[in-house]
Amino acid sequence: MLKDITLGQYYPVDSKLHRLDPRTKLFGTMVFIISLFIANDIWAYLIATFFLISSIRLSQVPFKFMVRGLKAIVFLLLISVSFNLFLTPGEPIFRLGFLKLTREGVKIASFMGVRLIYLVVGSSIMTLTTTPNQLTDGLEKSLGFLKKVGVPVHEVSMMMSIALRFIPILVEETDKIMKAQMARGADFETGNLIQKAKNMIPLLVPLFISAFRRATDLAMAMEARCYRGGEGRTKMKPLRYGKQDGIAYLVCLVYLAAIAGLRIMG
Amino acid sequence: MAIKAEHLNYVYGLGTAFEQCALKDVNLEINDGEFVGLIGHTGSGKSTLIQHLNGLMKATDGAIYYNGRNIYDAGYNLRALRSKVGLVFQYPEHQLFEINVFTDVCFGPKNQGLSRQDAEKRAREALTMVGLDESFYARSPFELSGGQKRRVAIAGVLAMKPEVLILDEPTAGLDPRGRDEILDQIAQLHKERNMTIILVSHSMEDIARYVDRILVMNHGEKVFDDTPKEVFKHYKELEAIGLAAPKITYVVHSLRDHGVPVDDNITTVEEARDEILRLLEK
Ligand SMILES: Nc1ncnc2c1ncn2[C@@H]1O[C@H](COP(=O)(O)OP(=O)(O)OP(=O)(O)O)[C@@H](O)[C@H]1O
Ligand SMILES: [Mg+2]
Repeated sequence: MLKDITLGQYYPVDSKLHRLDPRTKLFGTMVFIISLFIANDIWAYLIATFFLISSIRLSQVPFKFMVRGLKAIVFLLLISVSFNLFLTPGEPIFRLGFLKLTREGVKIASFMGVRLIYLVVGSSIMTLTTTPNQLTDGLEKSLGFLKKVGVPVHEVSMMMSIALRFIPILVEETDKIMKAQMARGADFETGNLIQKAKNMIPLLVPLFISAFRRATDLAMAMEARCYRGGEGRTKMKPLRYGKQDGIAYLVCLVYLAAIAGLRIMG
Repeated sequence: MAIKAEHLNYVYGLGTAFEQCALKDVNLEINDGEFVGLIGHTGSGKSTLIQHLNGLMKATDGAIYYNGRNIYDAGYNLRALRSKVGLVFQYPEHQLFEINVFTDVCFGPKNQGLSRQDAEKRAREALTMVGLDESFYARSPFELSGGQKRRVAIAGVLAMKPEVLILDEPTAGLDPRGRDEILDQIAQLHKERNMTIILVSHSMEDIARYVDRILVMNHGEKVFDDTPKEVFKHYKELEAIGLAAPKITYVVHSLRDHGVPVDDNITTVEEARDEILRLLEK
């Protein structure tokens, strides 16, 4: 479970989507999310489905990785769909006690369900094709304008990438210390809540010590290499738009226009 | 026979995009009272293998028997197994957490359910075994030197009085003197208590001096399993997998190539010295 955070959920293949600039993918994801909220008839959803399926094909990520994120929202999905299904007033089709199924209910509930599923799958496509570091890079660049109003964009994104870098290290460390203490007979599973919290001490103390040690080491190493924040700092791999990004932007805009057009005309 | 592993396979990250096969069909037997060396280059699966032997990791496929019983059987008490098969991890000093050395060493025996007196008695014995005297007992484990921390950590496992002791590179990062001291203490444990020992190492030199048998790992597979003499005869193959026989093996072989009739069963510098002296006296 902890392992899932370590790489985001990045799936390493070299596809057209993987090679896109992270800013493009952020934009595309946003367009897709907005389109889902604009769409309100079957044609719009068909277009969205087509857009989603083409992206999945382009990403070359196996389908089962796409739907993995859905597990987390199964419960939410069930609740919102059943509420909409039974509690929407309108023309009844079917009655069961005080519950009644209405034509409007079916329509709203199915749109709602599709919308939630698409939302999750759509954003999964981005996280599956973009490493967390590219993502923070992209965010830093896209949100760069906020610097003008005093938001420390570079610092925040630096903190984010360091945190992301450290998650796998700390996860591994936790695993190692946990095993080392289990080899000494420690028990992390049984007992009541207080007992369990107490049993965590042999894990938490060494973990904190190592986290602090790593943090000071890193600070020292950054200082030794004259890190002074984002001012005038250049990048080893600067983000640069290519031809494929232009095409992607165009496709996204056409797609958005189509969905919006359907809404206005309908 | 203490430990037996049959057709062990282990894959890291099963079912993800990052699957990595770390053990491939490993079979081995460790007999009671044996001193076994486990050697292999970085990433060959040594640490993965030994974590299977006390049930900390569960094999993707295969079985492990401890004194004839399959440890993967339902209802097998893995916690009890872990106190019989003591495992000292790589860089064990990272596991220290108590306010002083003595309480830290007591942690294991206390988990075994011993009374305070018994636990303290065990801790005292274990600390003596690793060569730490009373002046260390009240000190914080975090203000010791690397080698001293290492000893405290080893004592923490010894205090549980395991029947089998597995050490994962106990000498990594120590200076030559600290290394020799720790290895000598382990050899003494083996001799005096007849403890079964599995020593993981990178260094053939270290291993050749102490062990009865060597297991060589390469890319998750066991490639050799024999006495040091026999294994070192394959020094060319060992080189091909990124290891090397002890330096003295090369000296002996090149002497033989030059027509000097030295015994090619020699594995340590001392044996070579005696053999050469014997030949010179003839
Ligand atoms: N937690 C993990 N997740 C994924 N792969 C791992 C993990 N731990 C180890 N591996 C992989 O399994 C293989 C065997 O690793 P292992 O730690 O057993 O090697 P080792 O022989 O102990 O190496 P070393 O001498 O460096 O300690 C390596 O290729 C490693 O990359
Ligand atoms: Mg190792």
